[in-house]
Amino acid sequence: MVRGTSLLVSVALTFLGLLLVTFLIGRVVPIDPVIAVVGDRVSADTYARVRQELGLDLPLWQQFLRYVGDVLQGDFGTSVLTSRPVLEDILRVFPATLELATAAVVIGVVLGVPAGVLAAVNRGRWPDHLIRVVGLIGHSIPIFWLGLMALLIFYARLEIAPGPGRVDVFYEGLVDPVTGIITIDALLAGETEVFWNALYHLMLPAGILGLFSVAYIARMTRSFMLDQLRQEYITTARVKGLSETRVIWRHALGNIAVPLTTVVALSYASLLEGSVLTETVFAWPGLGLYITNSLLSADMNAVLGGTLVVGAVFIGLNLLSDLLYRLLDPRAR
Amino acid sequence: MTNEKPLLEVENLRISFPTRTGVTQAVRGVSFSVGREKLGIVGESGSGKSMTGRAILRLVPSPGVVTADKVSFQGEDLLTASEKRLRDIRGRRISMVMQDPKFSLNPVMTIGAQIAEAYRVHSSAGKAEARRRALEMLEAVRIRNPERVYGLYPHEVSGGMGQRIMIAMMLIPNPDLLIADEPTSALDVTVQMQVLAIMDELCSKRGMGMIFVSHDLNLVASFCDRILIMYAGRVVETCRASELHEAKHPYTRGLLDSLPRLDDTRPELPVLTRDPAWLEG
Amino acid sequence: MTVQTHSNAAGDGGLRAWLTTETPLSRRQARLGRAYLGWLTFTRNKLAMIGLGIVLLLVVMAALAPWLAPYDPYTQDLSNRLMPPSAANWLGTDAFGRDILSRILYGSRLTLMIVALVAVTAPVAGLLIGTVAGYLGGWVDTVLMRVTDIFLAFPKLILALAFVSALGPGIENAIIAIAITSWPPYARIARAETITIRKSDFINAVRLQGASKVRIILGHVVPLCSSSLIVRVTLDMAGIILTAAGLGFLGLGAQPPAPEWGAMIATGRQYVLEQWWVATMPGIAIFVVSLGFNLLGDGLRDVLDPKG
Repeated sequence: MVRGTSLLVSVALTFLGLLLVTFLIGRVVPIDPVIAVVGDRVSADTYARVRQELGLDLPLWQQFLRYVGDVLQGDFGTSVLTSRPVLEDILRVFPATLELATAAVVIGVVLGVPAGVLAAVNRGRWPDHLIRVVGLIGHSIPIFWLGLMALLIFYARLEIAPGPGRVDVFYEGLVDPVTGIITIDALLAGETEVFWNALYHLMLPAGILGLFSVAYIARMTRSFMLDQLRQEYITTARVKGLSETRVIWRHALGNIAVPLTTVVALSYASLLEGSVLTETVFAWPGLGLYITNSLLSADMNAVLGGTLVVGAVFIGLNLLSDLLYRLLDPRAR
Repeated sequence: MTNEKPLLEVENLRISFPTRTGVTQAVRGVSFSVGREKLGIVGESGSGKSMTGRAILRLVPSPGVVTADKVSFQGEDLLTASEKRLRDIRGRRISMVMQDPKFSLNPVMTIGAQIAEAYRVHSSAGKAEARRRALEMLEAVRIRNPERVYGLYPHEVSGGMGQRIMIAMMLIPNPDLLIADEPTSALDVTVQMQVLAIMDELCSKRGMGMIFVSHDLNLVASFCDRILIMYAGRVVETCRASELHEAKHPYTRGLLDSLPRLDDTRPELPVLTRDPAWLEG
Repeated sequence: MTVQTHSNAAGDGGLRAWLTTETPLSRRQARLGRAYLGWLTFTRNKLAMIGLGIVLLLVVMAALAPWLAPYDPYTQDLSNRLMPPSAANWLGTDAFGRDILSRILYGSRLTLMIVALVAVTAPVAGLLIGTVAGYLGGWVDTVLMRVTDIFLAFPKLILALAFVSALGPGIENAIIAIAITSWPPYARIARAETITIRKSDFINAVRLQGASKVRIILGHVVPLCSSSLIVRVTLDMAGIILTAAGLGFLGLGAQPPAPEWGAMIATGRQYVLEQWWVATMPGIAIFVVSLGFNLLGDGLRDVLDPKG
């Protein structure tokens, strides 16, 4: 298992580097952290005391070690805005982002994979061109602007999409937050009305976010499929007399399933990034909105804590996709 | 030679590929027929021999264009057959063994699953029955531990075994004609003979016809009943294997002369000189 | 095989034949000939030409903004606020009565500035780090790649957000933040190319001639990496524009009243349901410019790096 341990060591080192970056960013801030805690009208004594408490009199590397220790124990500092531990705030808002990103990935896979297959099988013809155009547009459109346009069209003009928030106002708080993911919690509680309402609210933001996922997944699927359709075993499958449907969906797709899982994991990671802007537009109370609001209030602990969490999830997803590849590909065992 | 109607009749087969600089003619008017015998098609790279084999099953890769006066199998026209009819014929009536099992077997499906699939597509058998028949076939190609091999993946077996698996997979639906496209070219010499022996035994037992495509004249001469020599997309010579030494076409003579023989007294092997006239032939 | 008899032929037919000859007589002729053929391939690609056109249009807009803009982008006219597109204001007016078309034209300067500064700094930094890591190998390589991995472990926007939050809002800080998050992929590419080239015989030959490491890196390795890097930079431009717009939208880029396109969308956001043009027009501008860079990058890739 030497390969496995070296992978974990690599991941741990990267995470450490992540911590270093956030630590250093925190130090670059032009705001005096002591004043941020106690205000600027304090006596010299109080200032010195707080400074010592915060460990600011220690050499930099020692401060860093303290920081690492704190983070590993779950102490991300206290939010200036809410006066609560940052980690607590983050755990409260993270499920909303999780729900949004997961819904977007599902859309991405359900629409993206067949689109990619279609494009590959019809190479050079109109489905291929159409899907490549969609991919190109997806690369060029600002996601927050698309979200605004979607609100304009579907909410204001056509009135088929709901307003901001995760559920309608009178459903709020109706369901116990077991997982924090309202759709799941509603199902667990048997409140089907709330479930459908939550799904309805999820539709537009997940759709917009999902569109970018579709573009990426479709492009990768197409590329993988084109590679596979050139291979000899595809001819063998046809020689056996299999229908073209079976040749494509059972044989070719079966061979790209593993690299596709990697693509999906990476797509998930980039959706976390996209959610920052999407949540802002749709007033979706997730991690992205949390980071943005903290930014505007100069709540550095919250911003860095949020950044750290997103970075950690990013690393985790990359690790997961690596592991999945080794587990699922029969040739890699 | 058989005394019944031929299994396959091909007349004036032409295959061309449009390229950016014009049209390349891969096969230029090839005609032959195959009965329940072993027909060898010999040629160098680019002679069009592989394409001929694939054209029979309409598996010439696009943008290739295939035309012929006649490609008929047991009286049925293969060129105009519907896609559905073609799928019925592929595997069940005509099958093809390809060159390298490293590439021609699906790497993420177990060997057993692939063979069973070949059986189930042409019969209404269930999983258990298909598995049983697949194991039988694995034994027929002399694989000693069929249950174990059934669950293996293609990359876990050797080349020779992979090719035997390919043969098993292609013969399990009991076709009448087998096209073998360079079946032993990717194998070690020692393994080649084993695989050929298995092919010979199985095809003769079932009374099948075989088209054996190869670049190895010696191999084809010793294995097949009749031989077709192809050059630049045309058939330049047809003869029985036993009468090969009486071949008339200068290309065939050139090939024969450049083969070393144990009782050779020549100081140097002659090099084949190509006459551009053969391109018109 | 034709033999070129007139090596310095003038005149149209002569020049073209000179460029496309199969037997060039000087290195300069070979290079120019290759460039010409590349240009032909490029111009044949209609989409790539459209991309090039859009990028050129951006440059023209930025350069000639003071002459093209019908109004001053900062002058407020509260009696004329939130007017729909009309003959007087082709794209309408915003919440302060400012002409949106003029603001977009001036905003193109900011966009171009961001693109240019990032395009100059990030790839250069990435190239240097990547080639040094790839060429020297050993612990230098390990350390540099570890650093690269760390930066790649952050989603770009989030890292840029964190930097800007620390440095304070403003367009210079936004540019720095984006540049800091953009260099890792270039370092990766440069390192990969360097490692491939490092082992090749001609590098060994140059070394035998006594060239120093610096000379080898700068004189040989860097030029060879450049074509795939140019393609990648152009393709990344779209992403950089979108990230910059995102930062602007969040209020972290150019500060008001600067006509940065992302910030314009943010200010138009509260009016989007009724006075939709305020937020829509800048978004269209962003989309078109990004699309232009994507098309241009695709076209360049077909010419310079077809296998990539």
